[in-house]
Amino acid sequence: MTWRQRLLAALALWLACIGPAAPGRAADDATERELEKYRQMLKADPWSNPGQLDADRGEALWREARGPNKVSLEGCDLGMGAGRIEGAFAELPRYFKDADRVMDLESRLVWCMEKLQGFARGELLKRPYSKANQSGTELEALATFIASKSNGATFAPPLQHPKERAALALGEALFFRRQGPLDFACATCHGDSGKRIRLQSLPYLSKPEEARQVVGEWPAYRVSQGTVMTPQHRLADCYWQMRLPLIDYGSDVTVALTTYLVNQAKGGAITAPGLKR
Amino acid sequence: MRRLLVGVGIAGVAVGGALAQNPGELDRAVLETAIKDSWQQLAPDWQRRLVQDETQAACSLHRNNPPPAVAAAITAREKASIKYPADGKLMGDWKKGEKLAQSGYGMRFTDYPPRAENGGNCFACHQLDPKELSYGTLGPSLAAYGKNRAFAQAEVKAVYERIYNPQAAVPCANMPRMGASGFLSLEQIADLTAYVMSPESPVNK
Repeated sequence: MTWRQRLLAALALWLACIGPAAPGRAADDATERELEKYRQMLKADPWSNPGQLDADRGEALWREARGPNKVSLEGCDLGMGAGRIEGAFAELPRYFKDADRVMDLESRLVWCMEKLQGFARGELLKRPYSKANQSGTELEALATFIASKSNGATFAPPLQHPKERAALALGEALFFRRQGPLDFACATCHGDSGKRIRLQSLPYLSKPEEARQVVGEWPAYRVSQGTVMTPQHRLADCYWQMRLPLIDYGSDVTVALTTYLVNQAKGGAITAPGLKR
Repeated sequence: MRRLLVGVGIAGVAVGGALAQNPGELDRAVLETAIKDSWQQLAPDWQRRLVQDETQAACSLHRNNPPPAVAAAITAREKASIKYPADGKLMGDWKKGEKLAQSGYGMRFTDYPPRAENGGNCFACHQLDPKELSYGTLGPSLAAYGKNRAFAQAEVKAVYERIYNPQAAVPCANMPRMGASGFLSLEQIADLTAYVMSPESPVNK
């Protein structure tokens, strides 16, 4: 066993101990307290977050010459110039002239893998999200790596370009759009402070103080799933719960909603990969 | 469909002045185009889920705070949607209602083909049986709801209608219109009504 495998085994055991403590709010609070303790341990030693394994794999994927064109992603411009990754995530989504659209990290990664490395878009998007207890997909690993390179930075999304401002306005309107057989909007669950769904606390995402605390945690390692979850996946999951069909990866809607959320969280610290229930 | 769009158009004009100062305001056509472009290659029955009805469009536009004329139009329209069981019995089996209140199953794209009946998922948002500690707070507590209203017959009807279509009473309510949308059957709604209103139900113990 490597030290990492030992650490994961210890984590699994520890979770098995705190996991079945439900039902009850008291038990849930205890779970949350234990998770908080674990988060503090992670802060003391960031290498102990299992999501870091995906970031590591993402780094290797970033540097390796791959795809039909056999080049690495080091020529990929994430907004700060080709190959510059430190702090790039803090200033996404942003407008990219070459694509003539606003892109978030994940849609930009797909763009670079397609245009630089020559991968077919359809192939890249065949399986963008890992299932429970699978290791992260390539896209998840890359997104986790790039996001982690903004760790400690604060969100500062650009809003100079008209298309960036349009994406923000679209994202805000989408946040309040009610739809589907249950009439849900994002605001149905995330439009007020101090609310819960069952025992799960819900952040009020239109309130900057609350958005700043949670948006920077994604991509996050999800303890219940044993895998990392990216912002694209998180939004797709919300629409799934809203009884809408699977939304397209890197779509205008997910990029606009991400623009809205990141702008609400402006000034908030990035702590990716975070650790979520 | 055309009437729906015209109705929304008029509502939009009526509040255009107020919303124009809102930085988040944008052309509805832009929004709907983005929606269409973001879910490509959908089967027609799934496509329909992206299209708003008149009430959803009005509540989105007004962020759930419709001006009086729009609110009155919503309550009138939604009230007209309510159907009652053929036998007139609004109270079903509270035990079945309890199961429905616990279940959040149904109509997610992973729920096909259906492996269970759709659930009301009431506990996601409401306290009901005080012994169940895993409940949400998006809606008000309904613990002892029937008892606190002396199990009155008029209240039974009001609860049935509130579950069938909450917007008949509260325009742009957050709660889903589970009868009107066909998510729950008339019988299921009667079972849930019994769970809230029956003296035997743990909700009222």
